[in-house]
Amino acid sequence: MPGYYDSQHLVDFSKIAEGQPELGRKFFEYYTTVFADGALSAREKSLIALAVAHAVQCPYCIDAYTQDCQQKGADFEQMTEALHVAVAIRGGASLVHGMQMREQVRKLGM
Amino acid sequence: MNLDLVALQKVTDDLNSDRSTPRAATTLRRRGSPLADTGEQLRVLASAPLQRQGQPVEFEMLTQGALTPSELEIFQINVGKLCNMTCRHCHVDAGPDRSDAFMSDEIVDHVIAAIERTRAHTVDITGGAPELHPRFRDLVNAAAAAGKHVMDRCNLTILLLPRNYGLIDWLAERNVEVVGSLPHYRRPNTDAQRGQGVFDRSIEAMRMLNAAGYGRGNPKRRLTLVSNPAGAFLGASQATAEREWRQSLEREYGVTFDRLFVLNNMPISRFLEWLVESGNFETYMQKLVQAFNPAAIAGLMCRNTLSVGWDGRLYDCDFNQMLDLEIALPEGPHISRFDEGRWHARSIVTARHCFGCTAGAGSSCGGQTA
Repeated sequence: MPGYYDSQHLVDFSKIAEGQPELGRKFFEYYTTVFADGALSAREKSLIALAVAHAVQCPYCIDAYTQDCQQKGADFEQMTEALHVAVAIRGGASLVHGMQMREQVRKLGM
Repeated sequence: MNLDLVALQKVTDDLNSDRSTPRAATTLRRRGSPLADTGEQLRVLASAPLQRQGQPVEFEMLTQGALTPSELEIFQINVGKLCNMTCRHCHVDAGPDRSDAFMSDEIVDHVIAAIERTRAHTVDITGGAPELHPRFRDLVNAAAAAGKHVMDRCNLTILLLPRNYGLIDWLAERNVEVVGSLPHYRRPNTDAQRGQGVFDRSIEAMRMLNAAGYGRGNPKRRLTLVSNPAGAFLGASQATAEREWRQSLEREYGVTFDRLFVLNNMPISRFLEWLVESGNFETYMQKLVQAFNPAAIAGLMCRNTLSVGWDGRLYDCDFNQMLDLEIALPEGPHISRFDEGRWHARSIVTARHCFGCTAGAGSSCGGQTA
């Protein structure tokens, strides 16, 4: 394998359905429905996707949802705030585990 | 010196002494850019390798032949390229230095005579900033007297210039629809495209319009906003964007409007220059081709609009006008010889920039078309 990430993968993503057409079809149909305007607007969903993309550190998703957020009418400031939500949750998730550490310290220490 | 030149001098003096309007760019013409020449713009457009499903593609292949007219509904007048602003994406290459492109009294008189004859129900006045033209009010009065709905394509900041005090009430008395440009409902993207401080001045103009009864649901005081992307991507969904804009503008600034048009940026003039310089040109063209939407064709403005240029020449739309692609009429493309019967029989002139109007949800002077 020549390399692990290639921007052409994003362009060709739909070809993943070739291995299992029915599951592929169902996934992409579901995916399209998820991102349609609903109780949340398509722009809000795109901002959530951008935040999650950073949390799961997927370069394909970051590329795709940076473009999609702009096209849905979000600006850089809104996108950066969405990113900080992911950052806060990731950081907070580490920090809140510190409560286990704290409990152990209190139990074991004098 | 004839009257035209005296009037023109007054306008350019006002613009030269205006220190309040922010400006984002300078005109291609002032900089002597090769792209100031429309032939060069067409050459650049033709140079992009456009493909669809792995095959080379042209606009006319996807529309399966020439586009044809529907009914003439919109009589659009471009009075010239003078503007108090110089937005980075301007498809007109308008600016305060464009006194070279300015409608003369003689052409204004031809236009007024044609307005009195036309079956079009709407007269749409654009520019540049059309309010700068000394005979703007004559055109509005003539159209209103002929029973037409009148649209003023307004950059909003022009309403704050001292020369235009009282203009909003004057427009309101004549039920003129104000079609105001505002790229985005928040400050950063608006100022990036139109100049630092433009957003705040646009909101100030909207407050004045609201105070005069515009943008409050009265069809005789309609305030339409026009958004276009601040970058190399397509416009957002118009219906969704309108909801979000309405909520945000009212909550943050206490201003209201009646409807929102979302347009795509055409790859011509200053936006074309930006695409090329930012390295986005080929991918943007390819994006427009990929997003080609056959459902957008029926509502395209070229099918129901006559576009009149500052020098009286005629076009299928304002974008063709900016590329010097004249209308295909046997009498020749000039307002003094305009025969409305022939308008219906012509084929519409298209080229690669037309992919901008058929991409995604479509894009025309009346907003999205699909």
